[in-house]
Amino acid sequence: MATKEAKVTELHRHAEAAAPVMLYGREMSANRRMPLNLDWVEEIRVNTSAVERRAATIPARRSVKKEWQAAWLLRAIACMDLTTLSGDDSADRVRRLCAKARRPVEDKIVKALGIEELGLTVGAVCVYHAFVETAVKALEGSGIPVAAVSTGFPAGLSPLETRVAEIRRSVEAGASEIDIVITRAHVFNGEWNALYDEVAAFKDACGPAHMKAILGTGDLLTLRNVARASWVAMMAGTDFIKTSTGKEAVNATLPVSLVMIRALREYGERTGMAVGFKPAGGIKTAKQALDWMATMKDELGRSWLEPTLFRYGASSMLGDIERQLEHFVTGRYSAAYRHPIA
Amino acid sequence: MASSIVEKFESMEYGPAPEDAGEVNRWLEAHGRAFGSYIDGAWTAAGSTAKSESFAVKNPATGELLATVNSAGAAEVDLAVKAARAALPGWQALTGHQRARYLYALARQVQKHARRLAVLETLDNGKSIRESRDIDIPLVARHFYHHAGWAQILDEEFPGYAPAGVVGQIIPWNFPLLMFAWKVAPALAAGCTVVIKPAEYTPLTAIMFAEIADEIGLPKGVLNVVNGDGRTGAAIVEHPGIDKIAFTGSTEVGRIIRKATAKTSKKLSLELGGKSPFIVFDDADLDSAVEGLVDGIWFNQGQVCCAGSRLLVQERIAERLFEKIRARMQTLRIGSPLDKAIDIGAIVDQVQYDRIAALVKTGIAEGATCWQPDVTMPEKGLFFKPTLLTGVSPSATVAQEEIFGPVLVAMTFRTPAEAVELANNTAYGLAASIWSENINVALDVAAQVKAGVVWVNATNLFDAACGFGGYRESGYGREGGKEGMYEYLEPAWLRGQVLSPQLSVVSEVVATENGELTTENAVGIDRTVKNYIGGKQARPDSGYSYPVYGRNGSLVGEAPLGSRKDLRNAVEAARAAGKWAKTTAHGRAQVLYFLAENLVQRRAEIIAKLAAFVGPEQAAVEVDQSVERTFTYAAWADKFEGTVHNPPARMVTLAMKEAVGTVGILAPDEAPLLSLLSLVLPAIAMGNTVVAVPSERAATLMGELYQVFDTSDLPGGVVNLVAGKASELGKTLAEHDDIDAIWSFRDEAASAMVKAASIGNLKQVFSNDGRAIDWFDPAQAQGRWFLRHATQVKNIWVPYGE
Repeated sequence: MATKEAKVTELHRHAEAAAPVMLYGREMSANRRMPLNLDWVEEIRVNTSAVERRAATIPARRSVKKEWQAAWLLRAIACMDLTTLSGDDSADRVRRLCAKARRPVEDKIVKALGIEELGLTVGAVCVYHAFVETAVKALEGSGIPVAAVSTGFPAGLSPLETRVAEIRRSVEAGASEIDIVITRAHVFNGEWNALYDEVAAFKDACGPAHMKAILGTGDLLTLRNVARASWVAMMAGTDFIKTSTGKEAVNATLPVSLVMIRALREYGERTGMAVGFKPAGGIKTAKQALDWMATMKDELGRSWLEPTLFRYGASSMLGDIERQLEHFVTGRYSAAYRHPIA
Repeated sequence: MASSIVEKFESMEYGPAPEDAGEVNRWLEAHGRAFGSYIDGAWTAAGSTAKSESFAVKNPATGELLATVNSAGAAEVDLAVKAARAALPGWQALTGHQRARYLYALARQVQKHARRLAVLETLDNGKSIRESRDIDIPLVARHFYHHAGWAQILDEEFPGYAPAGVVGQIIPWNFPLLMFAWKVAPALAAGCTVVIKPAEYTPLTAIMFAEIADEIGLPKGVLNVVNGDGRTGAAIVEHPGIDKIAFTGSTEVGRIIRKATAKTSKKLSLELGGKSPFIVFDDADLDSAVEGLVDGIWFNQGQVCCAGSRLLVQERIAERLFEKIRARMQTLRIGSPLDKAIDIGAIVDQVQYDRIAALVKTGIAEGATCWQPDVTMPEKGLFFKPTLLTGVSPSATVAQEEIFGPVLVAMTFRTPAEAVELANNTAYGLAASIWSENINVALDVAAQVKAGVVWVNATNLFDAACGFGGYRESGYGREGGKEGMYEYLEPAWLRGQVLSPQLSVVSEVVATENGELTTENAVGIDRTVKNYIGGKQARPDSGYSYPVYGRNGSLVGEAPLGSRKDLRNAVEAARAAGKWAKTTAHGRAQVLYFLAENLVQRRAEIIAKLAAFVGPEQAAVEVDQSVERTFTYAAWADKFEGTVHNPPARMVTLAMKEAVGTVGILAPDEAPLLSLLSLVLPAIAMGNTVVAVPSERAATLMGELYQVFDTSDLPGGVVNLVAGKASELGKTLAEHDDIDAIWSFRDEAASAMVKAASIGNLKQVFSNDGRAIDWFDPAQAQGRWFLRHATQVKNIWVPYGE
């Protein structure tokens, strides 16, 4: 229990240190559960083609170069949930990942960039429940939170009590962030009350831990479904909405992200409460990292470029970012093998 | 560097991301920053220092001089036209395939030099590099690819058509190379040769393109690029060696060109201004609609003829939408157009900048609320903040006049019907954007909006396969797709036709007071022939009739002497019968078949009347052919259909053929029954209503005709007939602002007169230019040529996907 409290305190310290969350000049508070408002779900309009056109122009409209690019890529690292979610995960594998999480960028590059004072680490390490304790121990003293995927990840179809219990056990094991998955069938069937109750139950089980609700956007398929699920999860009190498990056929895409971002923006405008966003799966390159940050910045503003409100779920993106950073420092293109792996 | 990266890590600003202009500057330097015109495959002298002979081309973002370009005077234009004329036979002698290869080569070269062209365009025009790189230049290449295809299959797809000849083209500065491509590609594909004048603000990409054309070995004289201002343009317009003028630019200049070419047989297409509505219904995806506005009015600094400049928003959601718009405006980045992370570049010239500023000022003075975001602005250069004017009434200057800048004007509506009314409350009719998640609403409104291009849940989408062009004072003619190719083609038989003799005025000879004198013949009492207005026989307002004589000089009867007021009534009746256009094509076909049936019923009677003018033999042929022609157009009524274009994206573009509206028709004297019907029938088959002036010499015939109409279920007002002095009535009709098209098939003087008189509302003109038409020859006198002029293509873009 001591570990858990320490973690929670750390998270709060992190949140307090950050500037107030602002949306269009208005200060936002953290999200709290509100009663399910079905009107807000029913009135959702999403035009897929128009969303796709807008999403397609984001990478073309924005470009970040030189020192700005280096700074932005460092920011991407700070917002990264360094993740391993494989059937062949082992304790050692998780420990290696945690070591990388503490030192995501080689010292020589850190020095060359002159960013020692940032004490840069990734945003969190994300693992299965079985490795929560291993990760907590490996990250001790680093201030890096451990996130556990939970609730029968990735399908989320085990009995509700089991899923709720799983959250509790992960929190007890020291996870300060819980990534839950929703029952996609509730969305297909328009069972908004059931979805709301489910997310609310998960949130209750999280206690002080931060909750990210994975919508499984690759399963939901339509953007309207994505928007509706986002709204219900937000009203049920989730701290973050997250695109995908990384196990679906299609994971984080810009159109899906745009729809979720617009939903949480509108939610923020209506309620004054801020919800974070986590795209996960399929974001592998530094260029993609920049595209997503530009989207966050333009659609939501600077506050949503903090790890408190923005995370990438990524495993291989860090390697590409390191290569870009080295290229910035040396002027030569780098090779993957030159950078320590996780 | 050290602290600087930490600082940027905290601020998360974008920083500069400039596109390198080195290559393009070297190109300019290599030319000594001085250019002439490209005539007959060679460059005219460059670098004149005399102010009257040259003009400066500036970078609007910095004010720097990019180049000095020599103006082509009348003499150089003459050389260019002669070169184009000389090149014409050789160019036309090539096979379609051979021309296709040249167009293909141009497309490939544009792709190979895409970035060079994009950077030059941005330097010259001030538009953002993102737009020139991702929109303008790719569309240029696409246009040449697409039209390489039309060149290849020209003979199969346009049988019986011939190229228009030497084409004079004048293009604007807002999409310099794209407009160049829109003009040049279809002309070359059709087998025309070209004299084109780029805008004097932005001539550089056309010059670079001419170099490219030279490199690929385009035969000399096929493409001539002459530089200069309006005077050079005027020299092109007035040059007698030009067969067709294609113009894109202001409505004001469009009028001047229409008038200047009135006395000639030059074909004309005009793509003019707009004040296009952007309609947002309460069930729209509002966030997407806001992005639509970014692409609609903040695209190319709002210097877009089809910009969604009039926001019409359903009252219930207006405030919410305005909030979203303001929030979005706050994130627009304004600055160096060469910066890759810029949304809004520079206004093309000080003159335009001042005009925009003045109109915004007027808008505020007339009661609008002005909002501009608090964004960083460059210290110098012609940058105008994105602007939102709310609380604008339809009567405000800014609601009616084209601003041509990044200024959005907003109004609210209550119902779809009111949205349509507001949307159509403009002299223009170029484009419209409709936002609703209800396809029933969207398509219903799309059908009712008077605009040549309609985007559903989208805006400013362009493609070479989809026709672009306006209704009303936004001009006529289409660019792109099959409909665009017709602008550079004409029926092959037409040029060979001799001119009709000049027609004399007969109705002036004797006018008798109406009703007092009726001709009696041996058989009995003759009918009193009146005008036919709104389905009723109407005495002429003048109270006069005039005698109509047969070919042997004997009095046949008297015809009403129609006047302005009769026409006024007739046009009102025709306008009131507008729902004819909404009658199903099958329904219109049935009426026409029935009309044919009734002509047959009265065959003997009509032949007897007609024989007085043309003799019994011709009369019989004419009546029989009239029956057949009526059948022909009954057949066409439900077969002259639109097409579905396939732009390279997940959407369909419905090219709907819509009725033009109310058509004024001046019928010739020859074959008086058949010619009149040959003009009226295609018009009404396509859903137009008609005010026709029958042959002055044989006007009493209309007595027979309207009786046939009356018995054929033709709704009152669909066809109105007013007899009298054709030249006067024709002028009144051509000037009437509620007439949408004027068709003159009389003599050369009549064609010239209606063209000159049409400029008020820039109604479409369809005429024989005084050439004789053999009304008995179906190849000349019926079919697609007429049907095409009886319709205008509305392209409705419908993206789809869930």
